[in-house]
Amino acid sequence: MASNVPAMIEIEGLKKRFGPIQAVDDVSFTVGRGEVLGFLGPNGAGKSTTMKILAGFLPADSGRARIMGYDVAVDPIEAKRRLGYMPEGAPSYSDMTPETFLGFIAEVRNFRGAERKRRIGDAAGLTQLEEVMRQPIETLSRGFKRRVGLAAALLHDPEVLVLDEPTDGLDPNQKHEMRLLIRAMAPKKAIVISTHILEEVDAVCSRAIIIARGRIVADGTPGALEARSARHNGVLVVAGADSRMRLKPLLASLSGVAQVIDETDGLFVQPLDGRPIFDDVRALIRQRAIDVREVRPERGQLEDVFRSVTIGADGGRAAGAAQ
Amino acid sequence: MKALFTVFRRELAAYFVTPLAYVFIFIFLVLSGATTFFLGNFFERGQADLAPFFGFHPWLYLLLVPAIAMRLWADERKTGTVELLLTLPVSVGQAVVGKFLAAWAFAGIALALTFPMWITVNYLGSPDNGVILTSYIGSFVMAGAYLAIGACFSALSKNQVIAFVLAAVVCLLFTVSGTPLVLNAFSGWAPAAVIDTVAGLSMLANFDGISRGVLDAVNIIYFASVIVLFLFANAIFVSLYKAR
Repeated sequence: MASNVPAMIEIEGLKKRFGPIQAVDDVSFTVGRGEVLGFLGPNGAGKSTTMKILAGFLPADSGRARIMGYDVAVDPIEAKRRLGYMPEGAPSYSDMTPETFLGFIAEVRNFRGAERKRRIGDAAGLTQLEEVMRQPIETLSRGFKRRVGLAAALLHDPEVLVLDEPTDGLDPNQKHEMRLLIRAMAPKKAIVISTHILEEVDAVCSRAIIIARGRIVADGTPGALEARSARHNGVLVVAGADSRMRLKPLLASLSGVAQVIDETDGLFVQPLDGRPIFDDVRALIRQRAIDVREVRPERGQLEDVFRSVTIGADGGRAAGAAQ
Repeated sequence: MKALFTVFRRELAAYFVTPLAYVFIFIFLVLSGATTFFLGNFFERGQADLAPFFGFHPWLYLLLVPAIAMRLWADERKTGTVELLLTLPVSVGQAVVGKFLAAWAFAGIALALTFPMWITVNYLGSPDNGVILTSYIGSFVMAGAYLAIGACFSALSKNQVIAFVLAAVVCLLFTVSGTPLVLNAFSGWAPAAVIDTVAGLSMLANFDGISRGVLDAVNIIYFASVIVLFLFANAIFVSLYKAR
């Protein structure tokens, strides 16, 4: 991303091996203020391991991770002061109430007296916990538990926020709330979230990194990644069987069209090199006065890109196993 | 230091939000009373002292202390909160010591609640209260040694039962190492120095002097060494678990 943004998270050549498995293999990236980095990858790709190293929980085999300039292995306490980290599953002490739990977090973060109270109130307000502040956490619903974990990560208003699967297990309304919250915090912070929900990346992230088998296989804005899809800038023409028969050869002969594919919904016109062809397709249909129900541009699904790059990184193993 | 104190406070409070604290204290008081009066022949001895009361403490601790230590780390590992705790600005050392001190303070509370014993002997006769005080101090320090062992093994497993059993076995070894049962296995072939060392590792032997009113530096150093050694091992186990 933009190199003029000072990096708040710097990861350089990170490697981590668990026995025979290279969980993280030479991962490097930086995140600056205002960026929300979506960390994507299949299960077991190394997302959580990378985040655990970044949070100073796991030591890396080699490479370094820095938060606001502090190396997490050399200056762990200073780095952790500037970091809000929510581990996978948002663990919290289940026999405490959100009030006492956040009180503990506030004290560890050195907030006392009125400041402590204000911080707890702010974090609870942001995550809408007020109504359950005095109930034991173990009696709360999953959505509330997740918000308790998030409140703990946000309490000291950290400059760097690392959230491991923040929306996992939430219902659609809660997911929406969580995304709004992340977006609202984004301008002042550097945020990394891991997810395997691709729509989330579109919804909140300014940038996405796809990781597979411990390696970064794609890095760019969600739009740029979508552009790598074979469907990017393609056009779907929904029409009856007769029209489809007539249209297919005509569309195939248009310049800039790579191929025309029969799909259940209609004809998919795939452009050459992702060139925009929507106007040409529409003009052709109008000129020939062919009856169609709908002509729809496609921008490419992150999902297609995700599948193609992560399966590619498997070295064909996933494809081989499927046969 | 503040972080250590915060961990200490949370841990100590954690004992009292579950029935564990009350069950433990109740059982401890009942057992310490029962052993004193029934096994220790408190009345038949016809002496106004608390020797039978303190005499059973190593055995009570052997059973009960691993039970208060087992949750310290095993529970955090099981629920994943260890990842939360150690990504806060808290060092492993602060977390280890804070947790240990909380468990120790809790054991101290349970021990302090045996004060009716002290009232009883003072009502029945005129005991040497200095001896009773040193015995209380000795018992408290010994509880710390058992706790450090328990805390250390709690960090080895995320299963509290495994943590309990491991700790109880090691506590047992430390308790009985001065008894003929163990020493006979060494006598006859091992040099006297080895036998003395093994005997010196015994909680029983080290507590014996203190409970007679003699606060010998050697005994205190022994208990302090056990605490430091096992807390150090505890910190290593936590770090190893993190690095796994």
